[in-house]
Amino acid sequence: MFELLTYQQYWWFVVALLGGLFALMSFVQGGQTLLNTIAKGEDEKSIVIASLGRKWELTFTTLVMFGGALFAAFPLLYAVSFGGAYFVWMIILFCFIIQAVSYEYRLKPNNFLGQKTYEAFLYINGSLGVFLIGVALATFFTGGNFIKNEMNLSSWVVPSYGLEALLNPFNIALGLTLFFLSRVGAALYFINNIEHKDILSRTQRVLRVNASFFLLFFITTAILLLLMRGVGYNDGVFTVIEHKFLHNLLELPLLIVTLLAGVLTVLYAFYISMFKGSDKGIWFFGLGVVVTITTILSLLGFNNTAIYPSLADLQSSLSIENSSGSHYTLEVMSLVSLAIPFVLGYIYLVWRSMDKEKITADEVLSDSHHY
Amino acid sequence: MEDTLLVDWSRAQFALTALYHWLFVPLTLGLSFIIAIMESIYVKTGNVVWKEITKFWMTLFAINFALGLATGIIMEFEFGTNWSNYSWIVGDIFGAPLAIEGLMAFFMESTFFAIMFFGWNKVSKKMHLLSTWLVAIGSNLSALWILVANGWMQHPVGMKFNVDTARFEMDSFWDVLFNPNAYSKFLHTIGSGYVMGALFVVGISAYYILKNKDVIKAKKSIVVGATFGLIASIFLILSGDESAHQVAQNQPAKLAAMEGLYDGHKRASIVAIGQLTPDKEIGDDKPEFVWSLEVPYALSLLGFHSVDAYVPGVNELVYGDEEEGIEPAKDKIAKGKIAIAALKNYKEAKRLKDEVSASEQLNIFRANEKYFGYGYLKDEKDIIPNVAISFYSFHIMVGLGSWFLVLFFFVLYFSMVNKLETQRVLLYSALYSIPLGYLAGEMGWIVAEVGRQPWAIQDMLPVGMATSQLSTGAVQVTFWMFAFIFTALLIAEIKIMFTQVKKGMEEH
Repeated sequence: MFELLTYQQYWWFVVALLGGLFALMSFVQGGQTLLNTIAKGEDEKSIVIASLGRKWELTFTTLVMFGGALFAAFPLLYAVSFGGAYFVWMIILFCFIIQAVSYEYRLKPNNFLGQKTYEAFLYINGSLGVFLIGVALATFFTGGNFIKNEMNLSSWVVPSYGLEALLNPFNIALGLTLFFLSRVGAALYFINNIEHKDILSRTQRVLRVNASFFLLFFITTAILLLLMRGVGYNDGVFTVIEHKFLHNLLELPLLIVTLLAGVLTVLYAFYISMFKGSDKGIWFFGLGVVVTITTILSLLGFNNTAIYPSLADLQSSLSIENSSGSHYTLEVMSLVSLAIPFVLGYIYLVWRSMDKEKITADEVLSDSHHY
Repeated sequence: MEDTLLVDWSRAQFALTALYHWLFVPLTLGLSFIIAIMESIYVKTGNVVWKEITKFWMTLFAINFALGLATGIIMEFEFGTNWSNYSWIVGDIFGAPLAIEGLMAFFMESTFFAIMFFGWNKVSKKMHLLSTWLVAIGSNLSALWILVANGWMQHPVGMKFNVDTARFEMDSFWDVLFNPNAYSKFLHTIGSGYVMGALFVVGISAYYILKNKDVIKAKKSIVVGATFGLIASIFLILSGDESAHQVAQNQPAKLAAMEGLYDGHKRASIVAIGQLTPDKEIGDDKPEFVWSLEVPYALSLLGFHSVDAYVPGVNELVYGDEEEGIEPAKDKIAKGKIAIAALKNYKEAKRLKDEVSASEQLNIFRANEKYFGYGYLKDEKDIIPNVAISFYSFHIMVGLGSWFLVLFFFVLYFSMVNKLETQRVLLYSALYSIPLGYLAGEMGWIVAEVGRQPWAIQDMLPVGMATSQLSTGAVQVTFWMFAFIFTALLIAEIKIMFTQVKKGMEEH
């Protein structure tokens, strides 16, 4: 129906959009790291956990979907990154295993590891897990230490298998940006979702502090991104290009518009939440985050840019063109992706029906199945 | 170059994850439908006892559900982390069902899970019931897509090899989606999940009756569980027959190993029960079995739907049988090596822009393409999976499946005549059959996956070629990391589950 390149670009956009949706949904993880900060006493903790516990699976599923889309649309990127930056991805997975059981098991009698262990699991998932996802995504800009042969089979050339990414300031900055973004998202979500005076008063304080750190790291990340070298390609030959992402932004004006719109929407969310007493900030924040992150990830997939530069052998670098699925598969998957709005629609309806009234202490503590 | 130790540790890690995953998923598949049936009875009758019963089983469902999700996400990503060559070589086909699973099934399951557990007072009764059914349907749809992917590994269809990208590419989504192997596996797998769910309900209900606790609710649960289990057991046996038929058509080495069949026959028998000769080797003259009880003609009949059908054994598959048109594995390996060399030469000629040579090499490759995967095998005997593991796993699975049918029948019968409380041996049998259900499920997957060896993709890609190029030490570290956390969480689940069951059905 369309050219192969059109499908490749479409699928990079879908992957970027899923990345944006995951960044939004990471408010669950951010909330886990705030548990002991905004909740005092077991009853308050139960309220916060109940609020997050009704959403954690959606975040989990969004991460699975991100991985699935990457596998189906860009199998070589999936193979090279996951099979090479092995330790980073394995630690991330470990962080998500321990999250999955913690909501359900935390307060259950005879739970073997104890309540504090499960709360520690939630903290580790929300901090280390989110930070490392940010680092892993950052390597799509900064590159990885891999080579591939003529059969497109890849191997990593350093024994730290991805952990060396922690030495790169941009990777760290993006990881911390995502970490504070998740905490800000959590604060805005709680303001919208919980009715409890003390929790909300502490949440307001948390919001101000974390929004400051988020802006600090976001601006740092943005400056580093626009100043850094990138890798471009022409006729299949990869070359290093100074300020590649700045060039991409200038050459793709639509992305300037969406980036500004996304950032301004996030700032507006901060403004109405901090200074106007509004509880609608999460919606604007969510929209702004999805648009901003989708735009940033889109800087990789367009304008002849490498989506995963190789630091070990430049010509092994990956682009949307040399790492994608076949024309036929991308076409089939594109038809399947038409179901995405339907899925988002029922998620929205379910979310609305569950959240039409704010969570209160009475509701949580009288629910026999509360977490 | 293949690193045997790395391959073994990569396999061990994937097997560990898969075996743990299958401890949690069957209960999700089966119990979700049983709960949906119970809630339907509540909505239909308005009897609040059924609501309490539903909520009790839902509590146990939730304890199990999270670990299934956690181990599931690891499996998806392990295709990338530990099988990156595989991910590239067949990702164009294999990735699609996994992505569709996420979109079509996972979101449905996780979205409506929130209503199922927390929506009792937030949505109408009917909306709640619909959500419970959608969780059950979502979890089963998830199994469908996974088994479409797994079925394709057992019987690859709908693809061609692209020499320029050096990978297999999908050329018919419909062939992949409607692969008969996938459907027989899907039906058999969900059938085993339904039986597991039923065993769980019947076994725990039996415990309450034995303890004279919550007897009314237990008896109501047991009727639903045993009815569902009896139907599921019949379905399981029928789908198992079709599954074995598919194996006979597409995976003769697996069938031979499952049956301990070394020498092929026409009118081949099935060994109902037996002991393999321990030191029997491929090609030697020792008897296959120390002792055995056989059902004459049954293997030919079940495998090929004809008593006269020829069933090849391990020896024919390795050494060939001209009369039956079976090529020796040695010849296949030689042709595979020709294909590999031709592909390499083709790539080199392309790099040098020598189109004449490239065309010649392409012709050689295409002539031997069918055997491409065999070229990576070292020894002709490598084409045979471990016979003892395949044979015993298969027979334990079949034996237990038959026992469950009998169990459900008698439990249901004595429930109907209202004499179940007096049948203490039967009640204890039901209780102790819960772990047997897990054992049967695990045995089934061992047959399916060990029986597929040495192939990651049947006849196309051996596991040795499919692994990520990592250091063995890196995989050992993560193996123990996962072994530790999975085991700790399994212990936690069992302890929590036991405590909840001991509390009784009233307090949920």
